[in-house]
Amino acid sequence: MIPFEYLRAEDAASAVAAVASRPTAAFLGAGTNLVDHMKLGVASPELLVDVSRLPFDEVEPLPGGGVRIGAAVRNSDLAADPILRSRYPAVSRALLAGASAQLRNLATTGGNLLQRTRCVYFQDVTTPCNKREPGSGCSAIDGYTRYHAILGASSACVATHPSDLAVALTALDATVVVLGVHGERQIPLADFYRLPGDDPHRDTVLEHGELIIAVDLPDLPFAARSTYRKVRDRASYAFALVSVAAALDVADGSVRDARVAFGGVAHKPWRATRAEEVLRGAPISDESFLQAAEAELAGARPLAGNEFKVPMARNTLVAVLRELAQEEAR
Amino acid sequence: MTGLLEPHAIGQSLTRLDGPAKVTGTAPYAFEQPVGDPLHLFPVQATIARGRVTAIDSSAAEAMPGVAGVLTHTNAPRLASDEDRELWVLQSDQVAFRGQFVAAVLAETPEIARHAASLVRVEYAEEPHEAELRADSAKLYAPDELLAGEPTNTFEGDVDGALAAAAVTVDQTYTTPMEHNNPMEPHATIARWDEDGLTLYDSTQGAHTVRVTLAPVFGLDPRQVRVIAPYVGGGFGSKGMPHAHNVLAGLAARMAGGRPVKFALTRQQMYSIAGYRPPTIQRIQLGAGADGRLTALAQDVIELSSKIKEYAEPTGKGTRVMYAAPHRRITHRLDPLDVPVPTWMRAPGECPGMFALEVAMDELAVACGLDPIEVRVRNDAEVSPESGLPWSSRNLVACLREGARRFGWERRDPTPGVRRDNGWLIGTGVASSTYPVYRLPGSVAMIRLLGDGRYRVSIGAADIGTGTWTALTQVAADALGVPCERVDLRIGDTALPMASVEGGSSGITSWGSAIVAAAQAFRDQYGTEPADGAEVVAETPDNPDAARFAMQAFGAQFAEVRVHVDTGEIRVPRMLGVFAAGRIINPRTARSQFIGGMTMGLSMALHEQSVMDPRFGLVVNHDLAEYHIAANADVGDVDAIWIDEHDPYVNPMGSKGIGEIGIVGAAAAVANAAYHATGIRVRDLPITADRFLS
Repeated sequence: MIPFEYLRAEDAASAVAAVASRPTAAFLGAGTNLVDHMKLGVASPELLVDVSRLPFDEVEPLPGGGVRIGAAVRNSDLAADPILRSRYPAVSRALLAGASAQLRNLATTGGNLLQRTRCVYFQDVTTPCNKREPGSGCSAIDGYTRYHAILGASSACVATHPSDLAVALTALDATVVVLGVHGERQIPLADFYRLPGDDPHRDTVLEHGELIIAVDLPDLPFAARSTYRKVRDRASYAFALVSVAAALDVADGSVRDARVAFGGVAHKPWRATRAEEVLRGAPISDESFLQAAEAELAGARPLAGNEFKVPMARNTLVAVLRELAQEEAR
Repeated sequence: MTGLLEPHAIGQSLTRLDGPAKVTGTAPYAFEQPVGDPLHLFPVQATIARGRVTAIDSSAAEAMPGVAGVLTHTNAPRLASDEDRELWVLQSDQVAFRGQFVAAVLAETPEIARHAASLVRVEYAEEPHEAELRADSAKLYAPDELLAGEPTNTFEGDVDGALAAAAVTVDQTYTTPMEHNNPMEPHATIARWDEDGLTLYDSTQGAHTVRVTLAPVFGLDPRQVRVIAPYVGGGFGSKGMPHAHNVLAGLAARMAGGRPVKFALTRQQMYSIAGYRPPTIQRIQLGAGADGRLTALAQDVIELSSKIKEYAEPTGKGTRVMYAAPHRRITHRLDPLDVPVPTWMRAPGECPGMFALEVAMDELAVACGLDPIEVRVRNDAEVSPESGLPWSSRNLVACLREGARRFGWERRDPTPGVRRDNGWLIGTGVASSTYPVYRLPGSVAMIRLLGDGRYRVSIGAADIGTGTWTALTQVAADALGVPCERVDLRIGDTALPMASVEGGSSGITSWGSAIVAAAQAFRDQYGTEPADGAEVVAETPDNPDAARFAMQAFGAQFAEVRVHVDTGEIRVPRMLGVFAAGRIINPRTARSQFIGGMTMGLSMALHEQSVMDPRFGLVVNHDLAEYHIAANADVGDVDAIWIDEHDPYVNPMGSKGIGEIGIVGAAAAVANAAYHATGIRVRDLPITADRFLS
C-alpha cells in the first residue's frame, strides 16, 4: 500500500471535482474492495475521496412509480427495505446472497456496482493480467478458469463481474444516475458495464471523476414476482459460479413478459435478451424454459475447466423460471 | 501395564481455564506480546519458481523515511547450518520455489515496511521449473522412510495372484488435492537478540521444538534460545515446526541493534511459507470373496514433495492397520517439485489415505451387494494386520454399530439415486476412522509445592486451542490427588521443562505421562506431608506395553448428503461421529476436538483445494475468499459421541489422542453419501457441484 491522502467529501460536486482533477484519485465508499486492492498493490490511488457520508442514503419513490436508491445506501439496509422486498424481491435476494453480514452492513450500493473482478490473476500483482496491467497478457485463459466467463469474453480477458446486486438490477431495467463535472447523466445498467474486448482495463463506461449518486428502478409491476438464485461452491460467502435473476409475467398458461439476467458468466451482468424473446408468448412449460435457456447459451464459449457452467446456467434458469411460474399460479 | 489414575477431575467437563482470557481479548497471542520499541518486518518474495537472483535494487526502499534496513542474501547474517534447506533463509542467490523470501524490509511501522518492500526491485535468471504432481513423472522415487519413520513399502503374500483369483475386485484411483492448514491466527513471531541470545514470542505448537530446531541454524546452544508461546490460535500442523519466517525474523533481529522485530505473515504469504498437505494420487486395489471378505489389499501412493526438503506423507499408514487381508501391498512414491515445502496437516497420512481406502470399501460393498457397515465388520482385524500384535483395545465394530443405531442406518435402502425431496437427492454414507496412539519421548514435568497449598506443575507444552491448559490441569489434579484448584499449570515457554511438540495427537499421552511420573516421584520422595518448596522433575517414561500391543483409536463417520437435481449443489445437513479413544479427559474440550475435526473433514470433502497453477508454481487462490473453508451455512448438525473404552496399556490416563481422528474418514463418508444420493461416484476431492452436472 502506498501512502495516500484522504479527503472526506462535503458535497457531491466537490467530491467529483476533487477526483476529476487528479488522475490518481479515487472515490471511497465502504472500501470493502478498494482497500483490499490497495493492500495487494492492485490499486494505488494517491487520493481517496470518501463519499460514503454524502446524503445519498435513502430509498425514495420516483414520479411514475419507480424507485430511486441512493448510492450510499448500505447493502443490508437495501436488502431489508420494504419497498424492495415487496416490489423487487430479486434485488433484495441478490443482496442477501452476497458477501457476509459484516460486509453487507458496510458496503454501499454504488460501491457494490463498482466491485472489480475476483479473478485470482487480477488480484495477484505477480502474474500477468490485461485488466490490471494492459498489454501484460491474460493468465486466466490457460489457467484457473472456474470463476471465469463463458459469454462475451475476449482473447484479452475472461474475467467475470462479481456483483450479485448488479445482476438483479440489470434484469429489472435499472438505470444508474451519475454525476460528473459537466452535470448528471443517466445510464441504463445494461449499457453501464462493458465487455472486455481489447480494453479490459475498463469495467464500465464511467469517465474518471464520475460518481454514481443513485440507481433508479422503473415501475415494473411483475417484478413483484422476481427472484435471484445463486449457485456457488459454498453455501454462503462465495462468489457465484452461476446466478440467475428473473421476473416473470404470466397469464393464461403462457408467459406475457420476462426479464432475465445471468451472473458469474461474463464480464458484466448478462442480460439474457434472447431468452426473454423466446419466453414472450411461450407456453409455461419446462420445454419453453429450456428453449429460452438454450437460445441464450447457444453463444457460450466455455474455457477449459469451466465447461460445467453451460449446463449449470441452463438448469438454473429453467429451475428459476419453473419456480416463478409456480409462484404466479398460486 | 500400569494402574490407571483414579478419575476424579478426569472425565469432568471443566470449562476452559483460558476461556475468560481469550474471550476478553487479554490472552496475549504472539504478535500481541508487549515489547518496547519494536521494528516491523515485511518480506519480498520470489516471483519465479526456480532460478537465481541476479540483482537487487533496494535503494528506493532504503531511502524511505522510517526504513531501518533491507535484508538480502548479500548482507544477511550467516547461518550456521544448511541441513534444513527450508530454514536456509537469505543465504544464497538460489530460488527454489515461488514465494521464497529473497529480501525483507525492517521499518518503524508495518505500513512503511510493506510499502518499502514493494519498492525493492529484484532481477532473476529464471530456470525451468516443475510444479505439477504427475503420476507419470520420470522423477518418482521411493523415500527411505515416511514422515515419522514408517516404512515406505510393505508387502505380504501375493497381491496380484489374489486379485486374479478374487470373486470381486475394486481397482480405482483416488486423488486428494493440495490443502492449506489456514489456522485463524497467522504465523507470527517477535524476535529479539541480546547478550543472552535469541528470544522468540512465537505462534507455535512446540516452544521447545522451535528452540532445538533453530538453535543450530543460528549457531547457538539451545539454552541461548528462549521461545514463549502461551496462547496459539490454531496450527493444524502448520505450526509444528518453525518455518522460514522464524529464521527471517531472527536474522532481522540480529541486525536491529537489540530492538525487537515483529513479523506476522499475511494470509497470502502463509500459502508459500507455512506448509500444506501435499496432493496425492492413490490407486487402490481390493480383492474379495463374494462374501466381501478381503483377500487382497493394495494401495500405491504417488504424492508431492519439494525438491529442497523431502516430505513423505504417510498416506498408506491407516490402511496398514484397518482391515485384515492376507495379501497386502502398500507403497509410496514421491514427485519432488519446485514448490514450497509441505508439512503436517491434521492427520497427515490417515486423512488423505483413509479417504481413498474408505471410498474403495464403499465400492466393494456395492460390488458385493452388501451393506457397507457389514463389509467393514467382516473385515475387522483381530490383530494388527502387519505387525501381528494384538490390540491394546479396538472398538471399530462397536463404533459402527452404535453409529448405525443412532443415525437410523437400519432403515437405509442401499439403492443409489432414488430418494428425492423438493429437488434434492438424498443419501447417507459411512466410513471408518482411525488414528494411532503416539507417545513422544523426552518431555519433562516439574512439580513444586507452593506456599499456599497449590502445586505448580511446569512443562513447556503447548495449547493450540485444543484445551491443553484445562485437560493437563485435570491430569495433574488426579495424579496429585488434589482438586483442580490446587494445580497451578505452567506451559508454553522454554523456560519450563522440555516438552515434545503438540503433534500426532500425542500431547496428553506424552505430557500427561510425564506429569503422572512426576507426581509419583513427588509422593515417593516426600510422602504425604511434603514441605513447601518440595520439588521433583520426571521424564515421560517409555511404555513397555508399546512393544506388546498395537495402539490405535478407532471411529465411525456417518454423513447425510443432499445434491440438487438441477444445479449439482451439494450440502451436508447431518454428520455423526462415534469414536473409541480410551478414556476422555474432558468431555467438553474433547467434543470440540471431534466435531472440529469432522467439520474440517466436511470442509475437505466439499471445499478445500489449493489451486496450483503450474505455469507459475503459484497457489493462485491464496486467500480465504478464494480458498474455501466451510462457512457456518455449510455446517449442519454435526454431532460426536464416544463409547466407553477401557485401555490400561496406552498410558496412565487410559486416554488416546483425539486431535486428529475427527477428520479421518469424514470426507469418505460424505463422498459415499453423495454416491448413495446420486449414483455418481466421486473419487477426486473436493466434491463440487460440477461433478453432478451433465
